[in-house]
Amino acid sequence: MSTSLINWFKFASPASFYPLAGRMVPWFAAATLLLAAAGLWVGLAVAPTDAQQGEGYRIIFVHVPASWMSMFIYCVMAFWAALGLSFNTRLSGMMTSALAPTGALFAFLSLWTGSLWGKPMWGAWWVWDARLTSQLILFFLYLGFIALQAAIDDPRRADKAGAILALVGVVNVPIIYFSVQWWNTLHQGASVSMTKAPSMAHTMLLGIRLMALAFWAYTITMALIRVRCIILERELTSEWVKKNAME
Amino acid sequence: MLSVSHLTCQRGERVLFRDLSFALPAGQWLQVAGANGAGKTSLLRILAGLSEPAAGQVTWNGQGLRKDRAAFHADLLYLGHQGALKEELTPLENLALSLGMEGFPPDEAKVTEALHRFGLQGREMLPARYLSAGQRRRVLLSRLLLRPAPLWILDEPFTALDVHAVATLCQLIENHLAAGGSAILTSHQTFSLPAGLSVTL
Amino acid sequence: MSGFLTPFRQAVRRDLLLAARHKTEVITALFFFVIVVNLLPLGIGPDADLLRKIAPGALWIGALLATLLGLQRLFAPDHQDGTLEQMALSPQSFTLLIAGKIMAHWLVSGLPVVLIAPLLGVQFDLPARSLGILTLSLLLGTPILSLIGAVGAALTLGVRGSGVLLSLLILPLYIPALIFGAGAVEADLAGLGFEGHLSLLGALLLACTVFAPWVTTVALRVALE
Repeated sequence: MSTSLINWFKFASPASFYPLAGRMVPWFAAATLLLAAAGLWVGLAVAPTDAQQGEGYRIIFVHVPASWMSMFIYCVMAFWAALGLSFNTRLSGMMTSALAPTGALFAFLSLWTGSLWGKPMWGAWWVWDARLTSQLILFFLYLGFIALQAAIDDPRRADKAGAILALVGVVNVPIIYFSVQWWNTLHQGASVSMTKAPSMAHTMLLGIRLMALAFWAYTITMALIRVRCIILERELTSEWVKKNAME
Repeated sequence: MLSVSHLTCQRGERVLFRDLSFALPAGQWLQVAGANGAGKTSLLRILAGLSEPAAGQVTWNGQGLRKDRAAFHADLLYLGHQGALKEELTPLENLALSLGMEGFPPDEAKVTEALHRFGLQGREMLPARYLSAGQRRRVLLSRLLLRPAPLWILDEPFTALDVHAVATLCQLIENHLAAGGSAILTSHQTFSLPAGLSVTL
Repeated sequence: MSGFLTPFRQAVRRDLLLAARHKTEVITALFFFVIVVNLLPLGIGPDADLLRKIAPGALWIGALLATLLGLQRLFAPDHQDGTLEQMALSPQSFTLLIAGKIMAHWLVSGLPVVLIAPLLGVQFDLPARSLGILTLSLLLGTPILSLIGAVGAALTLGVRGSGVLLSLLILPLYIPALIFGAGAVEADLAGLGFEGHLSLLGALLLACTVFAPWVTTVALRVALE
């Protein structure tokens, strides 16, 4: 028990995490490329044309995984935030800020592809559908987090303030989601729901899963690259950076 | 007793001081010396429990500062270099309200007496915005008379004070030390206090 | 019990006294609310049916913006002059002191909005029953705005461009209160029950009362470092 704890805290130190992250980046980058290629092949070539939606539906191979990831990344950020606040580990704050831009990107991607999909489906670029609206709010939450961190000069304070915001956000996300759904049923705004046809072809599901895994690997790759940049930026004056990382 | 071990303070990328250790027993005072920007205020803020050091720890009577905040704060009187005065309130109101928020029943007669001790007769009912820098500092220092606390942490208490006020403050600190209290202060002025400890950053 | 709440009462008393010395600030926020709500018909047109329909949303959004206005000054002046530091070092509970400050903020910026809302509702041709529900929803909802807003104000304390940043952080978090608050009146106008909305708003208020002052103090201690 105690030995495993010590090991974890060893890697929680930026000095030992930096080279480890460097070694992991190529593997995850390769996984991203392979999985994305497989996912796109299944999604664009193998999966059958949808009976009602024609070829336009194929955007879901980006849209659905992007939506999943945008929500999932926020939860991961909240996890690192909680860890950072309770154990005061420097790496946690760095991980939280390294994940945020990717999360925001996926939230934006999900909104964009949703709107592209919406035009042929609903005849409008934007529908006040409960999910689209919640996704938009999630995007705002990401922007708020990034803006707050960017506005604070002292990195330690930026980490802590960001962590508090991420935790407040993650508590609020379900409440917001629920309230938006409640609002949606009251107003009967979008009668077309985004729910997919109940019998989704097996290959479609496979394509979505492959793409989700690809996005996952992409997130990890980007987070590791960004964490390495943040570590260098913050520890520029420390001995180990001068000795090891600047060669 | 306040003890400090292996304290390191970092502001941004700059390390202000490293591996600082000392102990301040009851009845003693400590002067924190150092050039501008050496980290004197940062050290005082760490000692008051406002900021967290990058490394090392501070204990008060053997306990970490954040273990029992209420108990430590009851023993601590920290006067920063900001005035902690509301411009739109009179000195009397300022002191009475801050005492109230610290959990002491504000006694108007006592507050007036403290203000008089610092030569603020006739200024009790004047909104603080009309006071000079020295007078504001004296209002702040009046708090030393109003609330008992074994540990005083004073950031530049002599700034803007005239000779009389400096003498009053020195007298107060001496009495405080004689009663078994301890004090930590920074200053660029000259003043006369019995020999104390000192730390140079 | 009364002893436990002393710091809370002291902080409320102090901030109300300060507000009394700055009457213009209080009146400005209220006037802002009135004028924003009154601009909407000018932008949309005087169609009574349409106005009745948008009234709850319009008043609620006005209330959101009016609250934001005062939030920027909730902690900033105390931070600048060092009194916030003294509060953080008080032997009394910092959380209760902060809860008192939030309460005072609501009394000064939220309560006047609640009191004047029926008058503005009349301008939008709301029936008497809806006016009552609207006022009740604002009475339950505006404290939520102050409570959540305090967290944002603490996080952005002393930060570059804190005013705009505060809105960016806080407005998304206001959405549930807006939906349940404005929704209560709309549901009633549509002939559905409004009780569900108000009880959800009440639950939200309860949750915020318990957690927001605590989170605010954590954020303030970070800001004071």
